[in-house]
Formats: sequence, structure tokens, C-alpha cells
Amino acid sequence: MRPLLAQLRVEATMIFTNGETLFLTLGIPVLFLLFFSGVHVLPTGTSHPVDFLVPGILALAVMSTAMTALGIGTGFERGYGVLKRLGTTPLGRPRLLGAKILTVIGVELAQAVVLVLVGLTLGWSPGRSGSGGVLVGVAAGVMVLGTIAFGGIGLLLAGALKPLVNLAVVNTLFVILLLLGGMLIPLAKLPGWLADLSKVLPASALADGLHASLGSGTAVSGRDWLVLGVWAIAAPVVAGLTFRWE
Amino acid sequence: MEHLADAPAPVVTCDELVIRYGDLVAVDGLSFRAMSGEVVALLGPNGAGKTSTVETLEGYRKASAGSVAVLGLDPRRDHASLVPRIGVMLQRGGVYPMLGPSQVLHLFANYYDDAEDPDALVDLVGLGGVQRTPWRRLSGGEQQRLSLALALIGKPEVVFLDEPTAGVDPEGRIVVREIIAGCRQRGICVILTTHELAEAERLADRVVIIDHGRKLAEDSPAALAAGTADGSIRFTTDPGIDTGALVLAMGDGIGVDEESPGAYRLRPPPGAAIPTVVATLAGWLAERGLALGDLRTGQSLEEAYLAITGSAGTSDAPPDPGLDGRRSQRAGRRAQR
Repeated sequence: MRPLLAQLRVEATMIFTNGETLFLTLGIPVLFLLFFSGVHVLPTGTSHPVDFLVPGILALAVMSTAMTALGIGTGFERGYGVLKRLGTTPLGRPRLLGAKILTVIGVELAQAVVLVLVGLTLGWSPGRSGSGGVLVGVAAGVMVLGTIAFGGIGLLLAGALKPLVNLAVVNTLFVILLLLGGMLIPLAKLPGWLADLSKVLPASALADGLHASLGSGTAVSGRDWLVLGVWAIAAPVVAGLTFRWE
Repeated sequence: MEHLADAPAPVVTCDELVIRYGDLVAVDGLSFRAMSGEVVALLGPNGAGKTSTVETLEGYRKASAGSVAVLGLDPRRDHASLVPRIGVMLQRGGVYPMLGPSQVLHLFANYYDDAEDPDALVDLVGLGGVQRTPWRRLSGGEQQRLSLALALIGKPEVVFLDEPTAGVDPEGRIVVREIIAGCRQRGICVILTTHELAEAERLADRVVIIDHGRKLAEDSPAALAAGTADGSIRFTTDPGIDTGALVLAMGDGIGVDEESPGAYRLRPPPGAAIPTVVATLAGWLAERGLALGDLRTGQSLEEAYLAITGSAGTSDAPPDPGLDGRRSQRAGRRAQR
């Protein structure tokens, strides 16, 4: 227990005191939320853009932490030989992974609190476009699956690519999924073939699931669950099989 | 079999170890042992197979053939029970770049049930002044000393140090040497690699010379130097002396070469009385008003190393820059006299 707690404290310190990571995980989502709810340039299809933006940007926040921050950080630790060195300490891989997972969860909770508070301040009315209620438990379930799927993708790339290549690939992927994942721009606004492609990606399943559970208070579609579930199993399994520690 | 039970068991055993990377044979049938309280240096040029060997002992690599044991355990199969008892210093990196020495030592101390005091260890390796400086802003020597401290934090019974003095300044080298001497005193077995002869000579009780993955020699530094001694006498004086006249003066079939400007070698026949040869040489130089600089009748580990790796006929590898630099440096020093 003591090794896990010590590792958790250091992982959390590194992520919460790293300016780039903070900007990525908190700065960008909050700025997007402030900007696009004030400047109505996105085709959100509603008279209250903030209603569309809060769930979408929560999805963005999950992706930024589980895939980008975790993936880039782990890639550099691998590049610096940290993961190799930890391999000959009694810490062990399960505790290392456990500390990283707990850190990701902690960051996501902080993101959720900040984004919900900022959203409410900007006039977000949860469930306004539908039943008037929200399915918080369902939203949490969607976010957990999304976290596992994106965490798996981040670690898959971190364990296979050189640190700087990984950095470039993860950031590119982040921007592509941000644009195609229905987080800021509804899928209906994309060309048909692009929307069809997007529907099998974890980004749009996560965003769609959060739009349903938090935006309209309606059930999450079976397809979204299926897409998220498949990614949440496949990405970590492939990451586990291909991860190179040095 | 009682006598076997009484004999102290080796802490590290490397038996006919072979490591292949695809077609490349990095280690080719290497065997050696190390006991507790013993400092063993694996010495050889870059690419000799030293790191591959050490990383197999640490459990990072799998032996292609042969076997290794550390504290009687298999480094891969018994990984979990072995890691609390060993200390590892990688050749490069291995530390979170954003963390300072104090922070990373406290972190590592928490991994072990019984660890050294991190604050005391920071002072021991002389990093008290930079204990909060992030690793990436430490000098190369400071990074090496932090890695060394991390190898010791868990009170190991065996430590593996891969190039512990590479990139370390002279002051840092003294610290590293003192720490290794301290390990020996406390009965810790130290396996280190180096491509620097002087370091092996200063640090190790026993040197295993490796090239192309094969063991060329294994003994104490002094015995290695004596074992390949050919009876030559080396001396320095003015460059370009008349060696023909000196040969005549020496008699007894003693040969003379000028190895580099001002650096000479006398080759007395086996059984020659060395003091007499030296007296004759000194008299001849005195008659001509020539100075006598360095005079050495034995040889250093460096010369032994060059003799061993040269005579093994395996030195077709790119020459190690460290050794080469030292060779020309020595020639330069001689030339200056």
C-alpha cells in the first residue's frame, strides 16, 4: 500500500504541477466552453449552445486526460528509461498502472467539477432539450468506458512509438477526434461518409452518450455502448500485448 | 559433500552465457562468478557485451543459452523476490526528469520495506546542494551520482553499476570510488562495467576482460598486469637518440626500440639481470649527458589489456574512443619530455 500511495502522490504532483498538462486538461476545455458559448460560430443547432457544449467538452476532457496526458507522459517516461528502471524495483507493474489510473480519475473529477460549474454559470440547463432531467449514473458509466478506451489508445501508442513521434501522433489524433468526434460540431454537420466513419470511433460514441444522458436526459443508444465497449476492451488488450517497456 | 556446503556460495553466477540479437552474438559463452564483498569489473571496449551481460543478470534480457543466477535466484523467474535485494544503475537515464534528487530518493525509499535514509544518501553522494534541482537540469556527473544513490536506496545485497563513472568529473569519481569501497566493506557484491582501464584498476578486486562477448582474461588488476609482462623496460629521454649505439653498449642481445618520439623500450632476453641492465642503461645515458625520464620495469593494466585484446586477434572492432584517446595521450606525454 505504501509504494502505491507514494507513487500516486508523485504521479499526481507531476500532472498537477505540469503547466502543459494543466493547459491541455483544464485550460483548453474551459477556454473552449467560455469562447464557444459566448461566440456563436459553431453549428450546434440550438439556441443555447452551452447545452450542447458542456456534454461535448466533458467528452473532450476525458479524451485529453486519458489519451493525451497519460499517453504523452508515459511515452516520455519510457523514453527516459524511467519505466525500465522501475522494472527492477519492488513497485511492480500493477501498482504503477494503479497509480496512473487513480491519477487519471482524479484529474477527470477535477475537470468535471470545473466544467459543470463553469457551464452552470454560463446558463447551462441540464436536460433542457429533452425530459428536463439528467442521467448522472449513465453519464458516469459512459465516462468510465471512454476513459478505459482512450487510456488504452494512449498507452498503445506510448508503448510502441518513440517519445517525440508519440507526442506528435497523439496531439494530431486529439485534434482530429476533437473535430470529428461530435464534441464541438454535431455529426449531422459532417459529410455523410465522414459521419459514418466517425460513428465507429470512441470519441463520437463518448460525446453522443454524454449528449444523451446529460443534454436531453435520454437513454444512451445501444450502438454507442457497443462502440465504447469494443474500444474499451480492444485498446487495452492490444496495448498490453504490444507495450515495450524500454 | 560437506565441504561444498561450507564454501561460501557465489552471489552472482554467470555460466556459459550466450545472448543473441537476431544474427548478432552479443555474448558468446561468458562465465564468471562474484562473491559477497567483492567488486568485479567487466572491462572491454564498447559493444563487447558488458551491458547485455549485466542486463541479463538484472532480469531485463533472456539468456539465449547458458544460465545466470543472482543470490541463488533466477533473475526472470524469481523477479519479484529478487528485486528487493538488488540495486541497479542503468547506463543512461532511469529518473523522472522533473523530479529532484531528494524527491526521487524519497519516492524510491517507499518502494522498499527497509530502505536507507534518503536525506543521508543525498549527502553521501554529494547532492545536498542540488537536492531540489530537477534531474534534467543536473550535470551529467550529478545525474550519475543520483543513479548510484538510487541503486543503494533499498539496502541491496548486490549492486549492478553500468558505467558508473562515465561522464563523471574527477571530484565525482572520488565520491563514486569511496561509495564502492563502502559497499565492499559492508559485504555488498558489486558488479560494474567500464571501458576505462584506470577505473577498473582503481575500483575492482577482480577484472574480467571481455571482447566480442568472450572472456579474454580474469584476475586481479595486479595479477593481470604481471601475467602478460614480457620483461620489457620502458624509459623516456630525448627523442632520436642513437639506438644503434645503445644496442652495442647494452650487449647481451638486448634490443632497443623507440616506440614513440622520446619513449623507448629495452627488450632484454629471458633471465637477464634487470638491475644490471638498468645500471648499464643509466651509465650510457649519463656519459652522453642525457636525462632519464620515466623508467618502468613492470607494466600497467593498460599495457596488459592491450596485450590481451591484441593477442586474442579479435580487435577488429572499431577501436574504443576512450582507449584510443588514452593511448595517444600517453604518446603525447612522452613526446613532451
